[in-house]
Amino acid sequence: MSNAALTHGGHISPHSPSLKSRMPMVAEVIDRIQESDKIFTLRLSLHNPEQRQEYRFTPGQFNMLYLHGVGEVAISIASDPDEPHILAHTIKMIGRVTKAMDRLIVGSQIGLRGPFGQSWPLIQAEGGDILVVTGGIGCAPTVGVINYVLMRRHRYGKLTIIQGVKHADDLIWRERYDYWRTFPNTQVLVAADHGGPLWPFRVGPVTEVFDDAGIAPDDTTVMMCGPEGMMIAGTKDLLERGVPEQRIYLSMERNMQCAVGHCGHCQFGAQFLCRQGPIFQYPDVKPLLGIKGF
Amino acid sequence: METSRSGIKPRMAVHKFASCDGCQLTFLNMGETLLQLADMVELVHFAEAGPVAPDAKVDIAFIEGSVTTEHDLERIRQIRSHSGFIVAFGACATAGGVQALRNFSDAREWLSEVYATPEYIDSLATSTPMSDHVKVDLEIWGCPPNRDQVLGAIRAWLYGTLPEQSQDKVCMECKRQHAVCVLVAKGMPCMGPVTQTGCGALCPCFGRGCYSCYGPAEALNSASLAGWFEGLGLLPEEITRQFRHVNNSAPEFRDAASNIIATDAGHGR
Amino acid sequence: MDRTLQSQDRYFLPRQSFQSLIDQLALQGFSCVGPTMWDGAIIFDRLDTVSQLPQGVSDRQAPGYYRLESGGDSRWFSWANGPQALKPYLFPSREVLWEGTVDENGGLSFKERLTEPEPLAVLGVRACDLAALAIHDAHFLKGPSPDAHYARRREQLFIVAVDCSHPASTCFCVSTGDGPAATRGYDIALAELDEGFIIDAGSDRGKLILDQLPLSEVNEEQLDQTRSELDAAIAGQTRALPEGPLNRILFDNLDHPRWDDVAQRCLACGNCTSVCPTCFCASENEVPSLDGLSSEHSREWSSCFTQGHSYISGHAIRPDTRTRYRQWLTHKLGSWIDQYGRSGCVGCGRCIAWCPVGIDLTEEVGAICRESGDE
Repeated sequence: MSNAALTHGGHISPHSPSLKSRMPMVAEVIDRIQESDKIFTLRLSLHNPEQRQEYRFTPGQFNMLYLHGVGEVAISIASDPDEPHILAHTIKMIGRVTKAMDRLIVGSQIGLRGPFGQSWPLIQAEGGDILVVTGGIGCAPTVGVINYVLMRRHRYGKLTIIQGVKHADDLIWRERYDYWRTFPNTQVLVAADHGGPLWPFRVGPVTEVFDDAGIAPDDTTVMMCGPEGMMIAGTKDLLERGVPEQRIYLSMERNMQCAVGHCGHCQFGAQFLCRQGPIFQYPDVKPLLGIKGF
Repeated sequence: METSRSGIKPRMAVHKFASCDGCQLTFLNMGETLLQLADMVELVHFAEAGPVAPDAKVDIAFIEGSVTTEHDLERIRQIRSHSGFIVAFGACATAGGVQALRNFSDAREWLSEVYATPEYIDSLATSTPMSDHVKVDLEIWGCPPNRDQVLGAIRAWLYGTLPEQSQDKVCMECKRQHAVCVLVAKGMPCMGPVTQTGCGALCPCFGRGCYSCYGPAEALNSASLAGWFEGLGLLPEEITRQFRHVNNSAPEFRDAASNIIATDAGHGR
Repeated sequence: MDRTLQSQDRYFLPRQSFQSLIDQLALQGFSCVGPTMWDGAIIFDRLDTVSQLPQGVSDRQAPGYYRLESGGDSRWFSWANGPQALKPYLFPSREVLWEGTVDENGGLSFKERLTEPEPLAVLGVRACDLAALAIHDAHFLKGPSPDAHYARRREQLFIVAVDCSHPASTCFCVSTGDGPAATRGYDIALAELDEGFIIDAGSDRGKLILDQLPLSEVNEEQLDQTRSELDAAIAGQTRALPEGPLNRILFDNLDHPRWDDVAQRCLACGNCTSVCPTCFCASENEVPSLDGLSSEHSREWSSCFTQGHSYISGHAIRPDTRTRYRQWLTHKLGSWIDQYGRSGCVGCGRCIAWCPVGIDLTEEVGAICRESGDE
């Protein structure tokens, strides 16, 4: 004879609404844009109308995209939060899962869990200048933020976009840069470590371009995304220019598997990147930033 | 590449080189799954199972065995030229196998000791893995690899990607299986801490030490483990043998064994 | 408050009636799990009768060393913990989370793979594992996304704790403040004597079970006996974590030469993290069927000592043993405090005994504190 009252521990009800499913939702590829050989953007729409209706995100958050039979990968959402029924994800083919995602075409279905993580401080930054610094190939996590500001141009002061690349050939969004430049009070600066005969921009690290940016240290919110070496150098330079450290935000990247702070892979000191990040205020990551092994 | 899309089945071959045939048995022992596999791919060449067409063009080729003769060398180059994706599977194909022990001796001398008329034997002085001679697209280690690895590799290839290959040490899997550590609880030498997983910690689950048939793990510390074996009372030659097993010529184990031999010689034994 | 100093609500259960506890648990619908002897170790497994308990068995543990000896007294709990106890029952080493299926047209669907765990009573849980359980509860249940798999098992768990009268040489629960007596987080707690057990309930569910047992009054002599055994268990512990703010000390010493030193010995095998009752890392894996139509998404125990743990965009953040060991120790004894308000170490000593090359974390952290002048 089993006693239900006795075998019920009362810690947390297994039927509690807080126990959200970890299962992905079904999403459909509605558009695929080939950005370069190894980079493509998927525009996704949730299959279930209710889920599509409910889904909301803020720029800087990410989704776990699941390719059937292959696995999941964390990708930031690059589209506009006011159009949450279409979710753009720019994917670079690097690992097992992202390489296999190359087979996705319009109409393909994939799994999607999210959104997860903290977003860029776009509300706090209103009224002031915004400096977006990105490095490496592509600037996917910041494209969302740039578009967001451009679509709400009057809410912000000057927008400066600085893109650093290793080699001139790595700049994949030239037209996009030219387009962004057409907006009022918007400056786009590009630097490559290695230029080329027809490279019209700066040659050198992104920090060299800061001189051209005319940064107002007390009135600028910095949003940075790229290789950690670049973010460290950029932060150091900006701090020297008088930008307060609380106004510098960095997008970090670590191994993400569960995305809900349980699996332990994304830990950076005491922070779980999937929960407390991936966007951090500089002081939160300062102690361990740049230390190999964290 | 998927059958359902093109309607044409991908063509597959299984080739044998110097080996015991045990890895091919991984296919043959699949039972019904082998029939399912045969539905999905066209088995063009697999001498042990029936079809023979070694020179046929294929999309994926599994290679068992090591290179031990001039003829092997010609053959693997030939296979490479008409195979889309090459999987070297098993200890022989990935590390030279147990027969690579000859790499540490004078193979000519062994021949004359073993064979009455050694002049009929035409073999190389070494036994070497496939990757020494041709580009290999995927390696599956193990003596023999298990069916899940082989099927996982085929499945992943059909998906257009590589399989998830855990780099964990055998110990991780041993603990997941809740086996009692033979090294700690029995003082038995076990190679689990320097061996890559894949076997499901088969031997420790049966109370035996791992003999490293899946080959060296990443970030391995052979010197520390060898030192601990010494503390358990193993003689230097016994420790050397732990490393000179089926994966004796995998660089990490080859170096570990020669370090033990050199240290022992340095002690004037 | 120390439970063992109070006599009210504590009773005596004679040894010959101990089976009635197991029977009552079974009668109330619980599957019972407890310590058994298997393959040379104390292993928690299904328990139906007292005859399965490790009677007269004691253990000898040292760095990289574990042996059982039998032929002792009539007692069933005269040993310190084996490689595992509670952790695998709540956080299994491998479990399927969900399954994806694709139809002929490429249409995808997902199915939850939640288990319906049966009520489970674990008998013989030690104080260190109760402390570890509280940490796992905080990790898996108290965050913004409680884990449904863990929650379901936790819900069904009934704990019979036993005070630890025989800590091993590797134990240091006194220094972490977690043992050797079970003081909270149990349904029933026991203290073993030669002739039987002092028993008390820590929950209403525990009281209901106690009501069904042939209990008698506990006498002062019996209480004295358990007190002195606990005192001996406390006095007998020779290992300890260093005093002081380990979080700050460890992170102030990230370049300490001791990390290189330990990396010379460490095998990066992950045994320490697997036996650790608080380590919670898990990797997620995909196992597709051969036809590719369905695929299971599962999780399994992982470790910060593996390469895969820090893999990102084609490289590992922690490529070598030095950074992996440092990650483990700085997390376990350092940043854990920021995350969960306490150290991740409960002093069970498993990582010392089950390290294949006998690395002693108390020794490693001690060396860093000593050599940095912080102790």
